[in-house]
Amino acid sequence: MSATQNRHPAMVLGKYAALAFYLIFALFPLYWLLKIGLTPDELIYSEGTRLFPSEVTFSNFTTVIFQTDFVAYFRNSLVVSLGAAFFTTLFAAGAGYAFSRFVFKGKRIVIAIMLVTQMFPLLMIIAPIYKIVAELGLLNSLISLIVVYTAFNIPFATFLMQSFFDGIPKDLEDAAMMDGCSRFQALCKVVFPLTLPGLGATLGFVFTAAWSELLFALMLISKNDAMTFPVGLLTFVSKFSVDWGQMMAAGVLALIPSCLFFIFIQRYLVQGLTSGAVKG
Amino acid sequence: MARIELRDVAKRYGSVEVLRNIDLEIQDGEFIVLVGPSGCGKSTLLRMVAGLEPISSGEFLIDGERMNDVRPRDRDIAMVFQSYALYPHMDVARNMGFSMEIRKDPVAERKSKVAQAARTLGLTNLTDRLPKALSGGQRQRVAMGRAIIRDPRAFLFDEPLSNLDAALRVEMRLEIARLHQQLSATMIYVTHDQVEALTLADRIVVLNGGDIQQVGSPLELYERPANKFVAQFIGSPTMNVVPVVGTETGVTAGNGTEIKLQDELRTAQAKELGVRPEHIDVVDNGTGDLSAVADVVEHLGSDTNIYVNVEGIGSMMVRKHGNIPVKPGERLGLRIQTENAHLFAKDGTALRRVA
Ligand SMILES: Nc1ncnc2c1ncn2[C@@H]1O[C@H](COP(=O)(O)OP(=O)(O)OP(=O)(O)O)[C@@H](O)[C@H]1O
Ligand SMILES: [Mg+2]
Repeated sequence: MSATQNRHPAMVLGKYAALAFYLIFALFPLYWLLKIGLTPDELIYSEGTRLFPSEVTFSNFTTVIFQTDFVAYFRNSLVVSLGAAFFTTLFAAGAGYAFSRFVFKGKRIVIAIMLVTQMFPLLMIIAPIYKIVAELGLLNSLISLIVVYTAFNIPFATFLMQSFFDGIPKDLEDAAMMDGCSRFQALCKVVFPLTLPGLGATLGFVFTAAWSELLFALMLISKNDAMTFPVGLLTFVSKFSVDWGQMMAAGVLALIPSCLFFIFIQRYLVQGLTSGAVKG
Repeated sequence: MARIELRDVAKRYGSVEVLRNIDLEIQDGEFIVLVGPSGCGKSTLLRMVAGLEPISSGEFLIDGERMNDVRPRDRDIAMVFQSYALYPHMDVARNMGFSMEIRKDPVAERKSKVAQAARTLGLTNLTDRLPKALSGGQRQRVAMGRAIIRDPRAFLFDEPLSNLDAALRVEMRLEIARLHQQLSATMIYVTHDQVEALTLADRIVVLNGGDIQQVGSPLELYERPANKFVAQFIGSPTMNVVPVVGTETGVTAGNGTEIKLQDELRTAQAKELGVRPEHIDVVDNGTGDLSAVADVVEHLGSDTNIYVNVEGIGSMMVRKHGNIPVKPGERLGLRIQTENAHLFAKDGTALRRVA
């Protein structure tokens, strides 16, 4: 494992070649997105398969930002994704902590039910959800999306958080309580700082899931001013043509928040925060 | 300073009774060591005293005050965990001063106390390190520092030295003994290690299967074990126990070999004879109480361990001081120091014996 180990140069070369291949493979679609976004409209079909466009323009981007409702979609998506990520993580952290630390009646049943909710294909429940939301008068509101996304992500997020809490030695809380903390203080001062990687992972997971969700957004939102970004993207597809350049430009812009979000939380995702707590 | 009393305390997990009938009175400033085989409930008992585990029944008192339902933070007891349980995101100084931080003691006071504890434990140069940058022994000392800084009524230790290597263990054992002398605080200490138990304890509590087997000073347990379990658990190497039949003059072992005993020891109830390895003398072949063949001989320098096969009885162990020139396969006579022998009844309780 150690990097200082002496290795055969061919092995090192092979390793980097494999990494490079993987990176190119993974990043190529993103490059293509960017490329088409930068290609002037009139060249898209004539030089569609060229690796580099002969001419580069930002007009697609400026059109998307200033002449479409993109900014509104973008803001809606941000509200929905951040809201869903925040509430999901809040509830999942609470439930995950309880599952990890407490013994209580019905724990297994609750866990089983949460697993069951994950077994149904979304298509099956979309009609009932629509009916519920409609009767609550929440159609065409961002709140409905936040609630639905939160509900659907909580089970998985709870299991994720539970596994992070399981990774924090119980002795640490006991020690904090011996040191004079109440259980809540122990949670805030000892457990919480150590769970930051878990919270970061959960936030990131829910944020990206909500950011790119289309099905419910399409069903529950039909008014233009409440549309989220994935729904908005479809407006670039008209009956007679697809505005590839603008669509791709919008796609590139949509990647920005996800990237920023992950740059922001990535330091909390780094493992090893609990090392040194116990023998080892 | 605290006098700790347990009155008929029991612990149940559902229908499983892990501890029962625990009656124990610990004097102010006493050093109590809990020993017993793995899973006998030592940690559970300690955690009940700490308040981390609810007490199922019985009474728990500190200085005469009932404490069953008092939260850990209000018991004013410090605990050193087997796993150390240092807060990984805090440096050494903050780890040690955490209890004072929670109590909102003045910062200046906290700093000076931390510095003092660090000096006592030789951690002065390490106070701004994170636990992950410490060695096992250093972590152990930080865990101790965290406990002593508070000046609590009592200290609890759950196998605090079991993760350390032999040399460090000896050093830390002395440290703990010194600490006890200095603070003269009540201490309860759980260990698997015979030497730790015998050297540190004012009194040892032997637990087995959730019951207290015996409470007494190290010497008492060694010289007058209450039953076969304690006899075999305390003392290293383990006591030899041989099935016998009590007779008019002493006991008869399996093959009819008779071992004469003093008048006070003779009893028809005797079913087993216990002799510690250090209480058997090696004599010329043909003399002594038993005849045996040396099987394995271990020369430890200061002592010699001789594993012998005794005719009609089976294997036993003899330990003699110094270097005994015995070769494997050699025939030996063994003489039992009957004044140090133990007799056990059918149920394992020790029969009367003069000290
Ligand atoms: N939550 C629990 N539910 C059921 N039984 C438990 C629980 N916790 C502990 N026990 C049981 O209680 C008994 C005593 O456990 P304890 O940890 O006190 O043993 P110990 O004497 O400290 O052992 P060791 O020397 O291995 O540390 C064990 O048999 C264990 O299986
Ligand atoms: Mg234990």
